[in-house]
Amino acid sequence: MSQKMTRRRLLLGGAATAAVAIVKTSFGKMVQTGIPEAALDPTKHVGPLPSALGTRSPFEHPQRKATLTSSQTPLQDLYGIITPSDLHFERHHAGVPAIDPNTYELLIHGMVDRPTIFSLSDLKRFPSVSRICFVECSGNFRKPDKESITPQDICGLTSQSEWTGVMLSTLFREVGVKPKATWFLAEGSDAAVMTRSIPVSKGWEEAMIVYAQNGEAIRPQQGYPARLLLPGWEGNTSIKWLRRIELSDGPFMTREETSKYTEPVKDGKIRQFSFTMDARSIITYPAYPVQVQKGWVEIRGLAWSGRGKIARVEISTNAGKTWNIAQLQEPVLDKAHTYFRYLWQWNGDTTEIMSRAIDETGYIQPSLEQLIKARGIGTGYHLNPVTAWLVKRDGQVVYKPEQWK
Amino acid sequence: MFKLRMPYWACVAGIAMSSCEQRADAVPIHFGYGRAATANEIAGKAIAIPPSGIGLPPGNGTVQQGAVVYASKCAACHGVTGVEGPFNILVAPDTANAIPFDRAPKRVKSIGNYWPYATTVFDYVRRAMPYNAPGSLSDEEVYSVTAWLLYANKLIDTTTIINAKTLPAIVMPARKYYVTDNRKGGNGPYE
Ligand code: HEC
Repeated sequence: MSQKMTRRRLLLGGAATAAVAIVKTSFGKMVQTGIPEAALDPTKHVGPLPSALGTRSPFEHPQRKATLTSSQTPLQDLYGIITPSDLHFERHHAGVPAIDPNTYELLIHGMVDRPTIFSLSDLKRFPSVSRICFVECSGNFRKPDKESITPQDICGLTSQSEWTGVMLSTLFREVGVKPKATWFLAEGSDAAVMTRSIPVSKGWEEAMIVYAQNGEAIRPQQGYPARLLLPGWEGNTSIKWLRRIELSDGPFMTREETSKYTEPVKDGKIRQFSFTMDARSIITYPAYPVQVQKGWVEIRGLAWSGRGKIARVEISTNAGKTWNIAQLQEPVLDKAHTYFRYLWQWNGDTTEIMSRAIDETGYIQPSLEQLIKARGIGTGYHLNPVTAWLVKRDGQVVYKPEQWK
Repeated sequence: MFKLRMPYWACVAGIAMSSCEQRADAVPIHFGYGRAATANEIAGKAIAIPPSGIGLPPGNGTVQQGAVVYASKCAACHGVTGVEGPFNILVAPDTANAIPFDRAPKRVKSIGNYWPYATTVFDYVRRAMPYNAPGSLSDEEVYSVTAWLLYANKLIDTTTIINAKTLPAIVMPARKYYVTDNRKGGNGPYE
């Protein structure tokens, strides 16, 4: 209490001579509303004292772009490989449920020796593991027909966190998964009661049930209090708000693995269980709406692959005629966003810049044309084409619309 | 970075079983956390219906009853006949034999021309629809509205009763087009 008084007096003292706005609220309390302008000399005024919760600088406004069904990460505003939790993309099918961690339960049953219910604190007692990996929606592609498009618009449905939780294999052993179980159903407790069927092998290999994201409890939008995490696989399979796992000897053919998250491919076929996210990259700087100046420009961006590590990122600054190797920033992790840089001297001529990722399997990120040639024009999902940015004479960088053909 | 001393699955799979058991510091197979789930608890939660139809509840649905359910609880969002929207089109606007999807960028995908299993209709509607009141339909209502949707998609006639026996037996036209993903990475041709 007395500390608060001291603090208020200090702030008032500062306000007497400067633009710190002290506002009287309806309760008659004096509050400081922040220092919106840089006009103050910060060396002449005591700033706000320590507080319970940190904030961004009032000069920074990174924001997700939200529609009715998703929100996209502002890739162009970020540095490095970790997505701040409040900027992690969202895709959910019936809103964000409010789940009480004290009554939360995870049921594991079906082809197991011991059907078991775990509370959240049970899950937290098991040996824990942390892992940095991306989560990307398999619908992470826009085919805009205009130039005013940002990296966020094109592929903002990918984000990366450090996730902490328990290996699913630990729980599989705990409940005694039977050898004949080949698939499991994961079910969420949102209003869509979202379900996906997953091969048991992924469960034994690297699946996790995570309850923490970037050092704190997982965010509600990302599955609070616990979600499945399947590194490298399309985001929809990493069921959020996980309430149930049912071991089985076949897939359940849920709506999300039939009507949705399947793609038409050549010869009239419909491809199903396309779990893995293929390698992709995007230049996040310079990109629309940035305007560059003649001289040295550091090209920066992200590359990632659901099949392993990024082996190489190549940059073209002449519309794909020649390619040069970009520098990869450590750490280069398995199934993780990897940061790349390439120093380029722009001579002021109109040109196109683009990046392509090569992963450790030797896969080379394709062009949109190559993808459509391989799958047909009716395809959808799992589109990971090279993205080109057009640098105009005045330095204005814009998206280069591509024909869907 | 996330591997513990001994991969758990190796113990379970019987690989290096002896070393699992002999090491004093080996990770235990069983921690004893959690509590046993009762048959009742499981029955109340195990609502997923696979193509075999195992788990389908008792009851019957008719196209006629389904038309009533659809008109009052679904049509506002999916259109009077299932094609008008504003939300997902539920009735295939063309026949199963129209040009394949890979050659038609805007071909509408719906139950009659794209869904591979009829059991999915029951499962999905029961868990997630109507969108504004998910989980509010009785099993009989779900059977009936499923019957209506199958009828509207020209997959059954007006006299077919939909229940735990008849639903899994329906062969969906799109079923034969489904293939499992075969992309493998590497620098072979794109797939
Ligand atoms: C308030 C609007 C609303 C009502 C009422 C409603 N739905 Fe839906 N329905 C939706 C939305 C929105 C979706 C898409 C959800 C998604 O993509 O996750 C949907 C999806 C569906 C789908 C899946 C379509 C596809 O292509 O995958 C089916 C089937 C369906 N609804 C059936 C029904 C039935 C049957 C009823 C009535 C019992 C009903 N809906 C009532 C809004 C509604």
